[in-house]
Amino acid sequence: MSSTSPTSEPSLLSRVLRALSDWVADWGAAAIESITSIGRMALFALSTISWLFGRLPRRETLIPNFYQVGVLSLPVVALTGTFIGMVLAVQSYFQFRQLGLETRLGAVINMSLVRELGPVLAATMLAGRVGSSMAAELGTMRVTEQIDALSSMGSNPIHYLVVPRFLACLLLIPTLTVMADFMGILGGLFFSVDVLGIDFHHYIYNSKLFVGTFDVIVGVIKSFFFGAAIALVSCYRGFNCLPGAEGVGRAATAAFVYSFVLILVLDLFLGILLDSVYYTLWPEGARLF
Amino acid sequence: MSTELLDREPDAMARSQTEREEATPLIEFRGVHVSFGRQKVLRDINISIPRGQTVALIGESGCGKTVLLKTIISLIRPTEGQALFDGQDLSTMNDRDLTAQRIRFGFLFQNAALFDSMTVGQNVAFPLRQHRRLQQRDIERRVLDRLAEVGLPDSVVSKKPAELSGGMRKRVGLARALILEPELMLYDEPTTGLDPIMSDVINELILRARRNHTVTSVVVTHDMNTARKVADRVIMVYPVPRLGENESQVIFDGPPSEIDDFDDRRLTQFVRGEAGERLMEMRAGGVRSEE
Repeated sequence: MSSTSPTSEPSLLSRVLRALSDWVADWGAAAIESITSIGRMALFALSTISWLFGRLPRRETLIPNFYQVGVLSLPVVALTGTFIGMVLAVQSYFQFRQLGLETRLGAVINMSLVRELGPVLAATMLAGRVGSSMAAELGTMRVTEQIDALSSMGSNPIHYLVVPRFLACLLLIPTLTVMADFMGILGGLFFSVDVLGIDFHHYIYNSKLFVGTFDVIVGVIKSFFFGAAIALVSCYRGFNCLPGAEGVGRAATAAFVYSFVLILVLDLFLGILLDSVYYTLWPEGARLF
Repeated sequence: MSTELLDREPDAMARSQTEREEATPLIEFRGVHVSFGRQKVLRDINISIPRGQTVALIGESGCGKTVLLKTIISLIRPTEGQALFDGQDLSTMNDRDLTAQRIRFGFLFQNAALFDSMTVGQNVAFPLRQHRRLQQRDIERRVLDRLAEVGLPDSVVSKKPAELSGGMRKRVGLARALILEPELMLYDEPTTGLDPIMSDVINELILRARRNHTVTSVVVTHDMNTARKVADRVIMVYPVPRLGENESQVIFDGPPSEIDDFDDRRLTQFVRGEAGERLMEMRAGGVRSEE
């Protein structure tokens, strides 16, 4: 008499359908969450930019951030730049030597540095050093209610916390990029001439021939966008940090990962855009200067 | 005659405005609901708090007391309904207007929420530096006055919050909250984590702040000693998931003297600190896991 009623246990078909609908619902929820997150991020960026034009932050909030982003990043960026220049020399030398083009090494090293590697690697270093630290600091402030305290005292947290960080990244990351370029060029020159024995005159001559001011400008323009992206992504992750130590850790990691991805995406699109601008203005490929 | 009228008119207008202000409650919640995703924290809250009153909000952890407190100041926006401060809905205001309103509040956070990167002096001076144009000497004097009011010596001014004890942090938080002489003080669990003596010191400071600054206060607390000592009125809120469909989330609203005579098991359990059916639920959970 222990028969099971057919309604008490769902059939295989209904279980499959339920699993399928749950799967669709989960993907739908993830899609909605992603789109909402992009929307929130856009509003966050808009609010930061509107405060930038409304009222500039006070000196006492700007200077510590400029010091943190600019001065404290200088050694690591200089060191990275120098080693990138030297590594490029090592990697390119054997290929170019086989073709008898080792004197062109300066052109390759310097072009790669000023257009791509200088801006991208400097930005990546700064996303790791500055971006993660910003996200962790703001995340801790969120978790310990310091951001709420700021709001409750009639101060706007975006104006007080985000705008100084945004300005520091926007203005100093390009400066650090120029520093990375310079140190990379010196590193490449030192390794090529002093270690690999390439003729100094030809190295410099070919560098001048192939690398123009526009190439340097392209790198610097890119770095403005990278700086803005690092600041906005990192501050946004910090502001929307989940509770607890785990939340802060995740915010710091996410700030670096998202900044890095955004740097690469921006690098691609800015590269295409700026080249298009160049070839539209100078169709013959004439040099800007 | 006409001159007399002119002389009287401003007085009469000022009087009627004062009467109007007194008639308007400082805080009014009209059918406020707050949800986070699918989780409903506040359900149909209707509360009115007149000027000058000190209200203790009591209830078990997770019942929505802090959410209610943050909704007053629009740090959390109602999902439904209106939370009015002085007749105005802060959730619909732009940043500039909201800033103007928020300097009328003082908020003592649960862990004081002092800025780690600043010294005690800089923390207490922060609202002054943001909203008042004062000479450095005046700022320093006011900071020291406020610190003295909460019983802290001048020597703490240069210390960082990390160097202070829990009770000292709370007192610095209180000094910071009071520095702009707010009309409304909000206290989020002011005595939680403090020893009984320091808890009583904080209670006395809440009473002193009320006497010295004639503020309206809302105190979120678990501590019945605090509720009985500082409040004119006690409101108890109950967690939404434990409520029936048509039950009100506010299960008690009255003076502290009526708490002991109120016939509701939930209030009695809270006041006496009895686990009640929570213990049964834990046991049931234990039985299930053993099975």
